[in-house]
Amino acid sequence: MATIGVLALQGDFAEHLAALKKLGVQPREVRLPGELDGLDGLIIPGGESTSMARLMDIYGLREPLKERVRSGMTVWGTCAGMILLATKLTEDRPEPLGLMNIEVQRNGYGRQVDSFEADLPVPVLQTKTAFHAVFIRAPKVLSVGKNVTVLASLSQKGEVVAAQQDGMLATSFHPELTEDTRFHQYFLKMVGVH
Amino acid sequence: MEKGTWQVKSGLAQMLKGGVIMDVVTAEQAKIAEDAGACAVMALERVPSDIRAAGGVARMADPVIIQAIMKTVTIPVMAKCRIGHFVEAQVLESLGVDYIDESEVLTPADESNHIWKHTYKVPFVCGCRDLGEALRRIAEGAAMMRTKGEAGTGNIVEAVRHMRAVMGEIRKIQNMTEDELQAEAKILGASLDLVREVKTLGRLPVVNFAAGGVATPSDAALMMQLGADGVFVGSGIFKASRPELVAKAVVKAVTHFNNPDIIAEVSKGLGEAMPGLDVRTLKQEQLLSVRGW
Repeated sequence: MATIGVLALQGDFAEHLAALKKLGVQPREVRLPGELDGLDGLIIPGGESTSMARLMDIYGLREPLKERVRSGMTVWGTCAGMILLATKLTEDRPEPLGLMNIEVQRNGYGRQVDSFEADLPVPVLQTKTAFHAVFIRAPKVLSVGKNVTVLASLSQKGEVVAAQQDGMLATSFHPELTEDTRFHQYFLKMVGVH
Repeated sequence: MEKGTWQVKSGLAQMLKGGVIMDVVTAEQAKIAEDAGACAVMALERVPSDIRAAGGVARMADPVIIQAIMKTVTIPVMAKCRIGHFVEAQVLESLGVDYIDESEVLTPADESNHIWKHTYKVPFVCGCRDLGEALRRIAEGAAMMRTKGEAGTGNIVEAVRHMRAVMGEIRKIQNMTEDELQAEAKILGASLDLVREVKTLGRLPVVNFAAGGVATPSDAALMMQLGADGVFVGSGIFKASRPELVAKAVVKAVTHFNNPDIIAEVSKGLGEAMPGLDVRTLKQEQLLSVRGW
């Protein structure tokens, strides 16, 4: 049985935990480096990336987390989690983990009054039904680099909103805010659970 | 693409969970708060303890202050309007703030009606003392709740009373039958639909933070263990002798609220906490939490 963790420093980690439990997984909350031990997959939730980065550094999670991902732990970042996975941000703070070849602009779609919902076709989910995606002060992917596969784009402008690079998944929206667990199922498939 | 939906309004509050929202009155303070790990800031002209000391009528802050803070930080910026003052709310929406706090800390503009919040694109947070008050605000469109506590006192006793009232009533409702729920909704002064939803969810339908009187890392962790989703700290940060240290310590205590070893560690050498007030010595007209219904 694979062990899945959710980074629980700040943000909507409880929603991810609930979605995983619905799929029959007993996830672990991760706040300290020791809690990364033995994880097969980790979700970095939505929240404030500056808060999370700060708490990650204070409690020494940054390097062990990167090391675990390099040695094969599957990882998925939603919104703030996507920001932290990126190799490049348009601002100098927070310092991202630098794992995924994407360039990201924080709050790239504007402030809260510009937050939006949209229906996305996501072929990789292998169902015809669009995925109803919730974007909240969402980050914008400015470019994708080597080995990155685009999983979903906004139909109007073609902006990338979901991408994968080997065992790393990033979405600029929040599948954990809706009842639709198809992205969580996809992540578990990446880990090798389902 | 739909904007200003209930999902994105209540969703932003979900992103703030496990975090600390700090009152700030200048761009410099906002920067300190962001650097300390705050998940949002509340842009004000005065912190509650100064509002209390100044007396008179407390109003929405000068837009210049709010905009300076919005320009300085990348985390969400909230601002307060008076209870029932829907034009102050329109102004704050026009400024583009990320959340409006319809707050009892300012002098109420309407003693009968709160703002009808459904029609705004920007989400609202409101204070409550018990479950009935929380559900009345949610019915009006509040996408996030907080306890009222007694702001500007550095005294946690009222926030504890309000959080215990909300959580206790939620636990009570969970054991009620359908006919009892109908009677309970009447007692609470809340819509039956929302009371039913609380029973199903086992919690409020929106995020609920603690606010009003938080002064130390232990205060913050206490509120989290009582069931708060996160914590507002008003005067507690910038009225302390060493604001940066207190800000960082409270952020750590909220993340690790169930870890006494870490709370002990972060509580060391924080300097003088903000001066406190015994709520029992305050006259009725000095109480902020009794404003609103």
